[in-house]
Amino acid sequence: MEESNDKFEPRILAFVCNWCTYAGADLTGTSRIKYATNVEIVRFPCTGRIDFMLLLKAFANGVDGIIVSGCHPNDCHYTSGNFHARRRWIVFRDMLNFLGIDVRRIRFSWVSAAEGAKWAELVNETVNQIRELGPYTEYQKAAKYLEEANNHE
Amino acid sequence: MNKLNEKAAALLQEGTVKLIIGYEQGTEKPRPLFCTVPEDASRLIFNDQCKNNLAVYLTKKEIIGDEKIAVIATYYVMKSIVQLDKENQINKDNLIVLTVDSDGEVIEFNDYQEMEKYADEHVPAPDPKVVAMLEKIDNMSREERWAYWKSELTKCIRCYACRAACPLCYCNRCITEVNCPQWIDPWPTPLSNMEWQINRVMHMSGRCVGCGACAEACPLDLPIGLLTKKMAMDINAEFGSSDDGNVLSTFNPSDKENFIH
Repeated sequence: MEESNDKFEPRILAFVCNWCTYAGADLTGTSRIKYATNVEIVRFPCTGRIDFMLLLKAFANGVDGIIVSGCHPNDCHYTSGNFHARRRWIVFRDMLNFLGIDVRRIRFSWVSAAEGAKWAELVNETVNQIRELGPYTEYQKAAKYLEEANNHE
Repeated sequence: MNKLNEKAAALLQEGTVKLIIGYEQGTEKPRPLFCTVPEDASRLIFNDQCKNNLAVYLTKKEIIGDEKIAVIATYYVMKSIVQLDKENQINKDNLIVLTVDSDGEVIEFNDYQEMEKYADEHVPAPDPKVVAMLEKIDNMSREERWAYWKSELTKCIRCYACRAACPLCYCNRCITEVNCPQWIDPWPTPLSNMEWQINRVMHMSGRCVGCGACAEACPLDLPIGLLTKKMAMDINAEFGSSDDGNVLSTFNPSDKENFIH
């Protein structure tokens, strides 16, 4: 069942803030920089708004990798949203790691509105890394527990 | 009759308090006792086996009412009271905190600073079983950890005893009961059980006092106390102790960034 790695196209979901990374990704497009098409972007008002449950829900719904990105420290539109988010991620990452959830699949970054090239690079790097890691079947299996159980009978 | 029973009987006799929450001998281990008449005061006990965190009742209006009450506190009860007080969940005027020292003397705290000082001087030794388990899990590979927690948490029946036993889980509406959107499936499956525990632990971050009441209350004996314990250790290592209690509602510009690329 496992797809071979060269055929496997990772599905990446990016949670980005409206003010920096979203604008940065926009700049990538207007600058005509080509990058991997595996990423789907979800726009948030601020990184501080990105609830950890959203990341878990993304994995449960079949995403293989996640990018979380926002304004650089001290650049937050709301002054301190990214500082609060950073704390939350520190705790959340430690927790996930302790539970055995693969934290290599969540990529945290700061991308400003001027860093169109950095965004392209970030997406490409993440896609390559997830391609190496393969699909996140472990977590998806846990999510599809009922289907699995029915198939078993 | 020991000094604790005498003190409790006197408090009720004088009418200083309407209710004393303490421990009595149960069939296997001590259990909570709600003492409202002086005759019951003789049933109160206090020893190392008193594990329930009585602070859980202090946020329940239907139990404590509007009258003055007293609670007989272990170390963890005192720590919970301090934390609840930081979160403005306690009416200080209506609460007397008592404890019993190693000589059987009853101590009544005049203020919370005094109580906190006493608690910090009488920290119980960590449970060697918990320490050993944490080390064992830390030494596992990621795949082994995932397999371990998946197999443990799959057994969960979602009775929410862990939530009910915790003095700091006092939200009127818990995220697990929010159904629009339905964040966490209400039926027990490996994933929803894990999501529930992650939520519980994340909401405890920096607040958990480590009493282990959640694990004690678990009817399936799941090692969920390890999660909060581990998180408390991580937070202490990353941020140190913070004065306002909740580390996630504040920040430090110099927080670590080595995982952000």
